[in-house]
Amino acid sequence: MKVRVYVSLKNGVLDPQGRAIQHSLEGLGFSGVQDVRAGRLIELEVDESVTDEALDEMCRKLLANMVIENYRVERIAA
Amino acid sequence: MSFRAAVITFPGSNCDRDMAVALEEVSGEECLRVWHGDADLPERLDFIALPGGFSYGDYLRSGAMAARSPIMRAVVEAAGKGVPVLGVCNGFQVLTESGLLPGALMRNAGIRFVCREVALKVENTQTLFTGGYTKDQRIVIPVAHHDGNYFADEDTLDRLEGEGRVAFRYAEEVNGSARQIAGVLNAAGNVLGMMPHPERMIERAQGGTDGRALFESAVRGMVGA
Repeated sequence: MKVRVYVSLKNGVLDPQGRAIQHSLEGLGFSGVQDVRAGRLIELEVDESVTDEALDEMCRKLLANMVIENYRVERIAA
Repeated sequence: MSFRAAVITFPGSNCDRDMAVALEEVSGEECLRVWHGDADLPERLDFIALPGGFSYGDYLRSGAMAARSPIMRAVVEAAGKGVPVLGVCNGFQVLTESGLLPGALMRNAGIRFVCREVALKVENTQTLFTGGYTKDQRIVIPVAHHDGNYFADEDTLDRLEGEGRVAFRYAEEVNGSARQIAGVLNAAGNVLGMMPHPERMIERAQGGTDGRALFESAVRGMVGA
């Protein structure tokens, strides 16, 4: 089954990349964009037997840096 | 008395040779070279260095993959036993990713890669790595990084400052680092991570020698000269 892990910066952590993207959007003439936060999407193909706990541990041990990032796990029905 | 130092090379490390040369230059002893895939470190080490570079192409996050490579389990264990560990640039990122040092190194606040000489202030001279400097001494050391923006929560920063664990601070704005922190120590004081490259300031031909005292301090501290 497919699993999507969304990794994003914690609130309050400055996101220089998001800010640069916001400035670029403004430069292209798009108005009304108040803030941009850039994150990361990681897709895993896993056996049905892989538990939520195991996915959680994968996120904590490698996929996200818990000092600065949050993560959200989403199972996608095949 | 001999000084046994090892430099760890990860795929994508590119300052490992500079680091080994600096250690050899200062200690007069051959520096051991260790590959990331090795499970064990050489025995009886006096010093372990994690060099700069772009280990694993900075995949996922700078230092993230290297921090989980086989040799790092041995480095964490050695650090726990008190062996001095120095991580420079990517080596600093590996140390935070492995949990040996608190905080994280984020993308530079100005987005751009910063490659130039910067002024640092030596904050704590009562450490194994900084005993050769004087308090508040201003030194010039080059930086070359994209992810050097040190982040930790306020409580952690207060604790680091209170415990004298900020070894070096930038004397100018460089990358947006919290409280201009350039180098931090672990609680026991035997692990130092820093973004600037002291190994690039060892002899006059490199443009300066301000990095030399760091290695001299460590060698002196370990061989008791």
